[in-house]
Amino acid sequence: MALAVGCRARPGKARDNKTGSWRVFKPIFDHNLCSKCGTCQVICPEGCITEDKEGFFDPDYAYCKGCGMCSEECPKKAIEMKQEEK
Amino acid sequence: MLQITEGSMAVAEAVRLCRPQVVSAYPITPQTHIVEALAEMVANGKLDADYITVESEFSALSACIGASAAGSRTYSATTSQGLALMYEVCFNVAGMRLPIVMTIANRAMGAPLSIWNDQQDSISLRDSGWLQFYAEDNQEATDLHYIAYKVAENQKVLLPAMVCFDGFILSHTYEPVDMLSQEEADKYLPKFTPKERLDAADPVSFGMYATPEYYLEFRYETDKALKDAKSVIKAAGAEFGKMFGRDYSAMVEGYQLEDAETVIVAIGSLCGTVKDTIDEMRAEGKKVGLLKIRVFRPFPTEDVAKALKGAKRVAVLDKNISLGAKGATALEVKDALYGSSIPVYDYIIGLGGRDVRKKDIRDVVALAEQGKGNQFIGLRKEVL
Repeated sequence: MALAVGCRARPGKARDNKTGSWRVFKPIFDHNLCSKCGTCQVICPEGCITEDKEGFFDPDYAYCKGCGMCSEECPKKAIEMKQEEK
Repeated sequence: MLQITEGSMAVAEAVRLCRPQVVSAYPITPQTHIVEALAEMVANGKLDADYITVESEFSALSACIGASAAGSRTYSATTSQGLALMYEVCFNVAGMRLPIVMTIANRAMGAPLSIWNDQQDSISLRDSGWLQFYAEDNQEATDLHYIAYKVAENQKVLLPAMVCFDGFILSHTYEPVDMLSQEEADKYLPKFTPKERLDAADPVSFGMYATPEYYLEFRYETDKALKDAKSVIKAAGAEFGKMFGRDYSAMVEGYQLEDAETVIVAIGSLCGTVKDTIDEMRAEGKKVGLLKIRVFRPFPTEDVAKALKGAKRVAVLDKNISLGAKGATALEVKDALYGSSIPVYDYIIGLGGRDVRKKDIRDVVALAEQGKGNQFIGLRKEVL
């Protein structure tokens, strides 16, 4: 992304900030334990968790900051936070 | 046309001739006369601008940010504590690359409270990304406003500019000033036409967030724009000289420099006193000269080195001090002369309105000849 003079930006530009690089702990979703309740999607402050065709949930790691709230709130303990090596 | 006028009135008139569309400022001594005059001009229909009254300097410069981002030529003025209150906003203006011009009627910083002149206020903001011009007299103070807008609005630069002139010593002094006509001013300074501006029909945000992957590069580009401004300043100063006979193409100006053994370096109104002292000392056979620094940011490092290369010794006068180190000009001059064998002696002088007399300049020359620098001039030892 080339710099804009004065750090000026058009609407929607925040999508270019891939906040996934901030992550230390990565949430790993285990679909075998998942009850498809959707709590993780509701609780995600980044809004980066989406539902797939089968009703399972997964985060977009390009934006997931690794806050761990989904893992903390998951009633089935189906989301494990694993330290990420970069 | 030559007019005998107060410095503040001359500056206000020059600002009017620059046709700012938005003025926002908060009155503070010794800047007050400028903004009072501008408010009156707006109220009486002599200046077609919006004058935004605010509750503080922080708000004044913030209002200017909005106005400038919306595409207006924008003006403010302040000094001392007022400028200090703008500290955060000053960095934002530069980072957003908004060509706001602001007059600084230089005044000391509290505490202790002082309304009198030195240059600590604007010098303390030398790292903020603003261009900084310093005037020796009121003619120069007025002329530098046209040049400041011209340079600031140049697409290669797009940075804000402070035009600094010494509070009371210049701002409240009556001098003859040759004022441009509106036609002349318009010819030199065309309408401000930014490429990008705030527009509800085509939304854009200014000064957005930069992650660690980008911040360093933004700072690099702003620094580069400030350094590239040197050639723009020289061209704008030369054009002014061609049109009106007063040449500002040089960022530094020598006086009796050619064969000078001791060269004094100074900024602002102090230069007048130094020149008078040099005239007297020259008549006595002493080879003394002056290097006046008109532009402090970007600092004309190469020009200073070139101008001082024939000197036997250099004596730098600072009406400011980076407490715990030295005067800001001394540090810059030492940097410019790094690697040469010319000794640079530094002196703090005239803080908080202390008069600088010809005798003080003679003392400085004598101290430099003895190889003694690193001191305050005129210290009253009986009160220490």
